[in-house]
Amino acid sequence: MLTKRIIPCLDVRNGRVTKGVRFKDNIDVGDPVEMAVAYSGGGADELCFYDITASAERRSIDIGMVEAVAAAISIPFAVGGGVSSLADMERVILAGAEKVSMNSLAVRNPAIIGEGAETFGRQCIVLGMDPVKSPATASGYEITTRGFRERTGIDAVEWAKRAADLGAGEIVVNSVDADGTRGGFQLEITRLVADAVDVPVVASGGAGRPGHFTEAFRDAHADAAIVAGMIHSGEYTIADIKRELKSAGVPVRMTW
Amino acid sequence: MTAILDYRAGNLTSVRNAFAAIGVETTVTRDPAVAAAADKIVFPGVGAAKSAMDNLRATGLDRAVLAAVAAGKPFLGICLGMQVLFERSEEDGGVDCLGVLPGAVRRFPSVPGVKVPEIGWNQVNGGREYYFVHSYYAEKCPYTTGVTEYAGVEFTSAVKKGGLVAYQFHPEKSGRFGLELLKEFAAC
Repeated sequence: MLTKRIIPCLDVRNGRVTKGVRFKDNIDVGDPVEMAVAYSGGGADELCFYDITASAERRSIDIGMVEAVAAAISIPFAVGGGVSSLADMERVILAGAEKVSMNSLAVRNPAIIGEGAETFGRQCIVLGMDPVKSPATASGYEITTRGFRERTGIDAVEWAKRAADLGAGEIVVNSVDADGTRGGFQLEITRLVADAVDVPVVASGGAGRPGHFTEAFRDAHADAAIVAGMIHSGEYTIADIKRELKSAGVPVRMTW
Repeated sequence: MTAILDYRAGNLTSVRNAFAAIGVETTVTRDPAVAAAADKIVFPGVGAAKSAMDNLRATGLDRAVLAAVAAGKPFLGICLGMQVLFERSEEDGGVDCLGVLPGAVRRFPSVPGVKVPEIGWNQVNGGREYYFVHSYYAEKCPYTTGVTEYAGVEFTSAVKKGGLVAYQFHPEKSGRFGLELLKEFAAC
């Protein structure tokens, strides 16, 4: 049986993993390669790196770090943030990442989803989206860009469907309302998107305890879920989350 | 020498890295003569069957693959590299493949609530999980050694015929247990 994936997400700034609350107040939590190895050995099904920039000012992707991660682990990983062109995607993929995640870039230039899928295969192309609650759209959720700073007026569910049609192989639903709060995933929009598209959907933002993952899979129909602060802090392990899921009857990989 | 065949079907970095991680030196080649001289052949691949077959024929690597398999040379097919070993694929309106293994490659049926491509860790023969990414599957055949279930279909996830082993999943992305399969291949 296909298992549900737990994906630790590492936000990297200036070569260090950081964790913030609602994209502010970032604190240093460790070395990216060491953490990748530890999580891979600890039962992560996949990893995701965001905003691997060589420096905060010069927003170019740190390809050396992607290569170092690829050489150190043998599970899939995605890279997002700082990708601004097909050439960037190619550098990231050739450096050993399985997937490239796009967010604001795809909103500005939706055609790049199809170009990426055509060039690298749709399994390499992940669409990240940052919806917020909004009465202005039919689904009740609106897409924002630039780390939730700008509203677009685009309906979140319509955007998910369009991105899947254009060639996105996977969609990450990241909720600002929940991000970093550890109060649980935003189940409503995750479920709306998961039920609307025929590609896998990843729940992101808000995980604070193992039971939140059961909700994401059982109630919101997610195929995978992102975890960050609750394991970076050492409060929980991936094994804790998986044991909880297993006892709730959710299929997960228990040997690694 | 272990040769990784490059026929422009996806990125080979992961496969190279995984062999490096278990201490096996590899050479990436698109030259049939280099493939013919190799002790072992790794035949990876992601992407579409038609362009893969077109590239194999254009480079002459199709004949190198057939010769290696016929000679019983250790041969490892991965993902699309396994699929094109079968007789034909439904992909791209129907593609004639290498025909080393009997049977066809088909698209997963459309089942409500089941996502295609299958992405993630799934069990082989009801046991360990390995990492899969695919929209098409190979039917079971007399050489099938591993079976996996998805979208209501039981398909070939591992196959062995003489010196040939092939996997639908990605051993190079399947953690410790995936690396063990690569070690087995390197030791044979």
